[in-house]
Amino acid sequence: MPWMNPLARIRDAWRGQRARDKELRNLVSNLPYEGLDKHKQPNRHFPGNGIKTTKYSILFFLPMNLFEQFHRLANLYFVGLAILNFVPMVQAFEPEVALIPICVILALTALKDAWEDFGRYQSDKELNGLPCFVYSRKKKCYVEKRWKDVRVGDFVKVESNDTVPADLLLLFTSDPNGVCHIETANLDGETNLKQRRAVPGACVTDPEFEPESFTGVVICEKPNINLNHFKCYIEKVDKEKLGAGISNLLLRGCTVRNTGYAIGFVVYAGHETKSMLNNNGPRYKRSRLERRLNVDVIFCILLLVLMCIIGSLGHYLWLESMPGVPLYLVPHGDGHLDTPSLASFYMFFSMIILLQVLIPISLYVSIELVKIGQIFFITNDLDLYDEDTDSRVQCKALNITEDLGQIQFIFSDKTGTLTENKMVFRRCSIMGIEYPHKENAVRLSVLNKRDEDEDVLFSQTPSTKQPWSLDSEEPPEKKSERTSKSKAHSDVAFSSPLETEVIPDQKLLRQLGGTDRTDAYLDFFLALAICNTVVVSMATGKRRRSSVFLQRRQSTPLDTFSSLMKKLGSWTCLRIRSTPDTSPSAQELSGDLTGGQTRHLHVPPRGTTPAVPTDELCYEAESPDEAVLVHTAKAYGFVLLSRTPDSVTVRLPSGAQLRYEVLDTLTFDSTRKRMSVLVRHPISKQCILYTKGADYAIMELLETPHGGKLQTDIASDTQQHLDCYAKDGLRTLCITKKVLSDREYENWAVKRHQALTAMDDREQLIMDSAVTIETDLCLLGATGVEDRLQDNVPDTIMSLREAGIRVWVLTGDKTETAVNIGYACRLLEPDDLLINMSCQNKITCTSTLNCALEEVRRFADDPRNVDTTPDISLVIDGRTLTMVTSPDLRERFVDLAKRCRSVLCCRVTPLQKSHVVKFIREKLKVMTLAVGDGANDVNMIQAADIGVGVCGQEGMQAVMASDFAISRFKHLKKLLLVHGHWCYSRLANMVIYFFYKNAANVNLLFWFQFFCGFTANAMIDHWLMIFFNLIFTSVPPVMFGIMDKDVSAEMLLGLPELYRTGQGKGEYTFFTFWMSMLDAFYQSLVAFFVPYYTYRGSNIDIFSFGTPLNTISLFTILLHLSIEIKAWTFVHVIVIVGSVLLYFGVTLAYGFMYLNYSGFWTLQTQMADPMFYLVCLIATVIALLPRYLFHVLKNSIAPSPIVQARHLDTLEPSARDQWMKEWRSFRGGVQDKTPDESVPPSPSLESLNDDSIMDDEFTLNVITESRHRPGSL
Amino acid sequence: MASGYNAKEEDGHIGVVGLGGASLRGRKPENTAFKQQRLPAWQPILTAGSVLPAFFIIGLIFIPIGIGLYVTSNNIREFEIDYTGVEVSSPCYNCAQNFSWHSTTPCTCSIQFYLHQAYESNVFMYYGLSNFYQNHRRYVKSRDDSQLNGDISSLTKPSKECEPYANHDHKPIAPCGAIANSMFNDTLELFYIDPNGTRVPVALSSTGIAWWTDKHVKFRNPGGSTNLTAAFQGTVKPVNWRHPVYELDTDPENNGFINEDFIVWMRTAALPTFRKLYRVIQKKNNMAPTLPRGNYSLQVQYNFPVRSFEGRKRVILSTISWMGGKNPFLGIAYVTVGSVCFFLGVVLLFIHHKYGNRTNNADITN
Repeated sequence: MPWMNPLARIRDAWRGQRARDKELRNLVSNLPYEGLDKHKQPNRHFPGNGIKTTKYSILFFLPMNLFEQFHRLANLYFVGLAILNFVPMVQAFEPEVALIPICVILALTALKDAWEDFGRYQSDKELNGLPCFVYSRKKKCYVEKRWKDVRVGDFVKVESNDTVPADLLLLFTSDPNGVCHIETANLDGETNLKQRRAVPGACVTDPEFEPESFTGVVICEKPNINLNHFKCYIEKVDKEKLGAGISNLLLRGCTVRNTGYAIGFVVYAGHETKSMLNNNGPRYKRSRLERRLNVDVIFCILLLVLMCIIGSLGHYLWLESMPGVPLYLVPHGDGHLDTPSLASFYMFFSMIILLQVLIPISLYVSIELVKIGQIFFITNDLDLYDEDTDSRVQCKALNITEDLGQIQFIFSDKTGTLTENKMVFRRCSIMGIEYPHKENAVRLSVLNKRDEDEDVLFSQTPSTKQPWSLDSEEPPEKKSERTSKSKAHSDVAFSSPLETEVIPDQKLLRQLGGTDRTDAYLDFFLALAICNTVVVSMATGKRRRSSVFLQRRQSTPLDTFSSLMKKLGSWTCLRIRSTPDTSPSAQELSGDLTGGQTRHLHVPPRGTTPAVPTDELCYEAESPDEAVLVHTAKAYGFVLLSRTPDSVTVRLPSGAQLRYEVLDTLTFDSTRKRMSVLVRHPISKQCILYTKGADYAIMELLETPHGGKLQTDIASDTQQHLDCYAKDGLRTLCITKKVLSDREYENWAVKRHQALTAMDDREQLIMDSAVTIETDLCLLGATGVEDRLQDNVPDTIMSLREAGIRVWVLTGDKTETAVNIGYACRLLEPDDLLINMSCQNKITCTSTLNCALEEVRRFADDPRNVDTTPDISLVIDGRTLTMVTSPDLRERFVDLAKRCRSVLCCRVTPLQKSHVVKFIREKLKVMTLAVGDGANDVNMIQAADIGVGVCGQEGMQAVMASDFAISRFKHLKKLLLVHGHWCYSRLANMVIYFFYKNAANVNLLFWFQFFCGFTANAMIDHWLMIFFNLIFTSVPPVMFGIMDKDVSAEMLLGLPELYRTGQGKGEYTFFTFWMSMLDAFYQSLVAFFVPYYTYRGSNIDIFSFGTPLNTISLFTILLHLSIEIKAWTFVHVIVIVGSVLLYFGVTLAYGFMYLNYSGFWTLQTQMADPMFYLVCLIATVIALLPRYLFHVLKNSIAPSPIVQARHLDTLEPSARDQWMKEWRSFRGGVQDKTPDESVPPSPSLESLNDDSIMDDEFTLNVITESRHRPGSL
Repeated sequence: MASGYNAKEEDGHIGVVGLGGASLRGRKPENTAFKQQRLPAWQPILTAGSVLPAFFIIGLIFIPIGIGLYVTSNNIREFEIDYTGVEVSSPCYNCAQNFSWHSTTPCTCSIQFYLHQAYESNVFMYYGLSNFYQNHRRYVKSRDDSQLNGDISSLTKPSKECEPYANHDHKPIAPCGAIANSMFNDTLELFYIDPNGTRVPVALSSTGIAWWTDKHVKFRNPGGSTNLTAAFQGTVKPVNWRHPVYELDTDPENNGFINEDFIVWMRTAALPTFRKLYRVIQKKNNMAPTLPRGNYSLQVQYNFPVRSFEGRKRVILSTISWMGGKNPFLGIAYVTVGSVCFFLGVVLLFIHHKYGNRTNNADITN
C-alpha cells in the first residue's frame, strides 16, 4: 500500500465508520476496481471475510487476561491481601508465600482461558483457510481463494454441497428457474431444504451469467441479527429497482444442495454476516445455590472481621497487661516499640492475612471444576442420548446444573415438546361430510402399541412382558404381514411411514370415483397438494446423511446385553393389517437389522398406487402439518410432482399432469394464522386462491351466504366436525378456495409489487396486501391431523408431578384440543377437580375467579379431605389469563394457581408465555423451568430460571436460546430427577463441606492466638499451611462434588418423590450451613485443645506442637468427608488415601530437605513418638463423634426419604420393586394406574361402535362429561 | 465480593464448525461404567445397627489404652520448685529485685528441698518458664537459620529478620536475633545433702539434651569446630550475653552454635508456659537410685529477669517414660472417651432394637 498522508488516513477511517453506521449501504461490484490500490476500492470500509473470535493475542495475553481476571471481585480481594503482606507492619507470612495461592488460582484460570482461546484460534484458522471460488476480471474465470480473502462486492460461486462463505445475494443458479436449495443445518439445525431464488432480472443471465455485466448498485440495510429478515434492492443503471429479501440471500454457513452451482454477490462478510452476529457464546446465569453461597461468603467475611477484632482487642489487652518490656517483645529495626493501640491496629490486618482462608479462595475454582465434571457426566448419559437424531443432551449454560435439582414449576410447550410434532392424518370433512378414515386409525393404533412396549421397558416398572413379546403373543393363524420400522429412517425430515402412509377412506374413494359433487372434492385435494411450500426432491437425490447414518448403525457392535435389549425394544416388529407403502430404505433395513426376528416380505402393490414410482418423491416441508397434507393428497392420487417458484405440477388420479402457474404465495404468519397460494388454472386460465388456516381464522372470512343455504350448512356442519376433532385432540385446518377475476388479480398484483419492493414497513405492507385478498372464501372442507404424543410423556409427567413439580402447559391450541392432550399425557386426571376459566370480559372473569377460589378453599377446608390432597387442575385461555394477571386480580390468581396441581393455558401467544413464567417466578418465588421446541417458546425459555430446548422439527431457535437442549421430552425425567438431584445434592454438600473445611482449618490458628499473645503467629509452617488447602485437601471435595451418589438412579427414577429434598430449601440452607460451621468450630476446638492439654507445660517446641494439630485437622477433615460420602468407589479410596499419603510425603520431605526451616525434622521426630499417634487418634475420634452420632441417630430414628431409599437400594431387585410399589401407593396413590392407561388420544366419534376394531384400552379414553365435575365452570 | 467472580463473558464458538462430514460422527456416549456413573460402589448406611460394633470396639480399645497411659503417667516421678523469688521469704528474693543484665558480680541463691521418693531411673532436669511468649510472631522469626548453620556470609551479614539484633556497633551479632539475645542464662547446680550434712554435688550431664538432627545437621559452627575464636572474629556477642558464643562451654564439641543449651533455647516453645531440658542426671549403677530420697540444695546463679512480664522460673526434676513427662490428661481422655463410646454402644443397641426392624425391613411408609 502506497504512502498516504495521515490526515487522509484519518479522514478515510472516519468515512469508513460512517459508511458502516449508515442505515442503508450502497454496494457496487469490485470487478472494475480489481488490482487498484486499497484506498481506491469502493467497498474498503466494510470488513473482510476473515473472522477472529479469539479474545486475546499472544503478545497481550498476559496483561489482558489479568485485567479480565481482576474484574472478579474475589480475585481483587485476594490480591489486596497479598499486597497487604508486603506492608512490613502487618505482614503475617513471608510475603512471597502469601502470593502463592492467588498466583496458582490466577495461573489456573489463565491456563484455562488460554486453552479455550487457542481452540477458538484454531477453528478460526480452519474456517478462514477454507477454499472458495471468486470471480477474477483478469482471468475471466472463478479462481480459488481462501474464505478470509473474500470481500464485500465480490462474486462468489458456490457449488453443490459446498458451504457458503459469506452472506451472498443470489444472482444466478444453474437451475433454469433460478432456484437454489440450501440446507441451514449448520446455522439453525433445520435439516429440511429451503428454496432460495436468484433476484430476477438483476443481470444478463443468458446463457451464462457474466459478473462483469453487473453494473447495478446493491442497496441493503445495516447488518442485523435477524436470520429471517433481509431488506435490499438493486438499483440498476436505468434506475429500475429490484426488490430482494431473505429468499434471495444465501447465509454464510449454509450448504448448497440439489443445485449445480450458485453465484452470488457478497453483501455482508466476516463478522457482519448474520450467522456470525448470531454467534453468541454460552450465557451466564447464576444459580440459586450460588446466590445463597454468596450470602454465606458474606457471613464468612463478617465472621472473619469478628475474629480479627477479637484478635486485635486481645493483643491490645495483652500488651496493656504487661508491667514492663519483656524480652520477647521485639522492637522495630530502629529500636522503638509500637504503642499497644497502634500495635493492635496493625494486628487487625495481620489477623486478616492469617485467617484469610476462612473465605474460601479455592471454592470458586472448585465449583467450576465440579460443574465441568457434572456436565461431563450429564452429556455422557446414555439414557439422554437419542438414537434418532444422534444427539446427546447439550449443556449450554455451564453453571446452573444444580438448579436442575430444585425445580418447582415446569412450563411446557405442547406442540413438539409433549407431542412429536410429527403429524398423522386422521380424518377429514369435505363439503360437510365426515370421513373418519377408520383403517388409518387401525394402522396407527398398532404403531401406538409398539410405543407402549417401549414404555414398559423404559419406565422400569416391574413387567413380565419382554420387549419382543409381541412376536410370541401373536396368534399364528393371523397371517398378517409384517414390516419393521427402524427409527433411523425418520432422519429424513417428516417422512417416517407414520406420516407418509395414509390409508384412504373407502367411502371417500368411492365418492371420488363417482360423479357426484366431484368438483369440490377435486378442489379439496388440489388445495391439499398445492397450498403449501413443500419442496419436492427425488429420493435418489436425498442427502447422504441418512445413508451414512444407517451404515454406522449397522456396524455398531452390540457390546452389552442391555444395549441389545434396548435395540430389540425399538425394533419390535409390527402387526399391520393391510400393508402400507414402505419406502425402499425401510425394507432394506428390516432385513439387515432384525435378522431372524422378522421375515422380509414382499409388499404387494396397492390398487390405487399409480404406475409411476412416486415413492421416489421426497417432500421437504417447513412444517410437518404441510407434509402430512401433501402425503394425504398423494394417497388419494393427487401427487405433487414438483414445485418451482413459478409453477406447481400435480398429477391427478386419472394420470393427467397439470402444471399450475403460481402467481403468488402468501406465506404463513402467526397473526393471520393462514397461508394462501394464488395459482392460474392451466386449462380454464382462472385465477384461483387456495387458502388453508386455523378454523377461527378462516371461518370469519367465508363468503357471505348469498348463494343459498348450502354454503351455510356446509360451514356449520364443518364447524361441528371441527369441534369434534378438537375434542379428540386433533389439529384442525380449514381448506378454502376463491376464484378471482383477472381484473381483481391485476389490481391486487400492483399493490403487492409495491409492498414487496418497499424498504420501510415491508412486513406490514406485505401482510396487509395478503389480508386484502383473503376474503370471501369458499369453504371446501377441513382436516384433522393428529400430533402424536412423544414416547413416555404421560409417564414423565406423572413422575414430575410425583416429584412435587407443578406442570403448566402453555399452548397456542384451542381449549378442547389442549384439554384432550392434557388428559392423554396425564396432566389432567379424570377425577381431578377441573376448573375451566374462559371469560369474555373482566366482570365475569372476576366472578369466575372468586367462585373458583371459593370452591378450592371449601374443598381444602372440608374435613373429609384432610388426608387427600385435592387434585385441582385449571384450564385457562389466553384472554382470561391477561385479565387475571392484571394488578387487581393478580393476588387472587396466584392464590388459585398455588393450589392447582396442573394448569393448562390455551391460546396463548409467545409473549404471554414468557409473561406467565415471569409472573409465577416472581410472585411465588419458585424455581421455574421452561421447555419448548419452537421459535415461539424462545421468550419463555429465556424468562425461566432454566430454559430447556427440545431439538424438534421446528428448527433450533429454542435450542439456541436454551440452557439445556434435549431431544425428547422424556429425557426431562432423568435430567431432573436423577442428574438434577445428584448435581444439586453433590454441589450443595460440596459447598457446605468447603466452608466447613476452611473454617475447621483456620480456627486452629485462631485458638492458638489465645496462647501466643494474639500476635498472628502460626504454629504450622506457612508453606505447609498453603499446601494444606491447595494440595492436601482440595482434590477430595472436588471429587466428592463430581462423583458422589446419594441414591442410585434407579431409585430416583422409581421414586420421583425423592426429588422433593432439593426443592425449596434443600440440603444447602441457613441451618445446614451454620450447623457445619458450628461443627467446624467444635472440631477445631477438639483438634486444638486435645494436643494442648497433652503437651501443656512440656518442653514441646512450636512446630512439634503444630504437627499433630495439622495432622489431626487433616484426618478430621478427610474423615468428615468420608462420613458424608454416600457411595465409595475405587476413585474415592484412591483420592482420600492419596491425600493422606501426599500430606505425609510432602511434610516429611519438606522437614527433611529444607534446612533453614525451623521445623526441621519435626514430623520425623514426632512420628517416632508414640504419643503423636495416641493424640491424633483420640482427637480425631472426639472431633468426629458428634457428627457420626448425629447421622446414626437421624438415620435410625427419623430416616429421611433419601436414607430409606438407600436402604431399599441394598435389597434384592425383586424385593426392592415390591417396596417401591408400596411406597408409591402409600404416598401418591397413583402407581396402580401408571402404565396401562397411558395411551395417546384416540378417536371418540366412533368409539362406541368401533369396539370390534379397536382394542379395549382405546375406549378408556373416551371423553365423557363425567370428567368435568360439577365444580368446573 | 464473590458476586463478580464468575461473571465472565465466555465467547463461545458455535458458528459454522462441523462442515462436511464432521456432523456425521456418532455422538453416542460410551457405555462404560465410569461414564454412566455405574462404578461398583460400597454404600454404607450409618444406622444404629451397622455402627454398633464400631462403638464397642472403640470402647474396648480405648479403655485399656487409657488405663495404661494413666498408670504410666502416675509412675513418673516429678518434682518442681519455683525459684523466681517473688515472695520476700524466698531465698532468691534479693536476686530478683536487684537485676541488671550487665552486673559483673553474679547473684546467687540456693534453695533447699526434700525429695520424698527416690528417683530410680535417669532423671531429667528442666528449667521452666511461665508467661514467656517464645511463640510471639516477631520473636519466632527473629533468627537467621543460615547463620546458625555455619554460613560465613550470614555470619558477617545477618539477615534482616534479626533486626534490631542484627548489628551492634556496626559489627554483626553472632548469633543474631531476639531469640538468641534473650537466651536463658541462669546456672543451676544441684547438691545432695547427706544425712550427715555434707553437700555432694550431683553430676549433671549437659550433652544429649538437644535433638540429634539439630546438633549435627541444622546447627553448625562456621568453619567447623576447630578454632572458634578465629571463626567468630569480627562479630560481637548478643547485647544481653555475658560471654561471646564461643565461650559458652569449654568442650569444643559443645561450644559455639552447637552448644546444646543454646540449641535447646533456639527451638522456641509452643506455649507461654514451658519447660526446657537443662541437664540429664545419668543413672550411675543399678544398685543406687539416681536421686535417693533426702535433702537437696539447688544453687542458682540468678541472671535471667522475669519480672518485666510477671514470669515464673522453675526447676523440674522428672523421670521419664515412653510417653514423655508426667501428664495424666491423655490417659483420662482415653478412658472417658472409651467409656462414652461403650455407653453410646449400649444406647444404640437399645435404639437398634426399638427402631432397627423398621429400617432394616424398610418400612418406609411410616
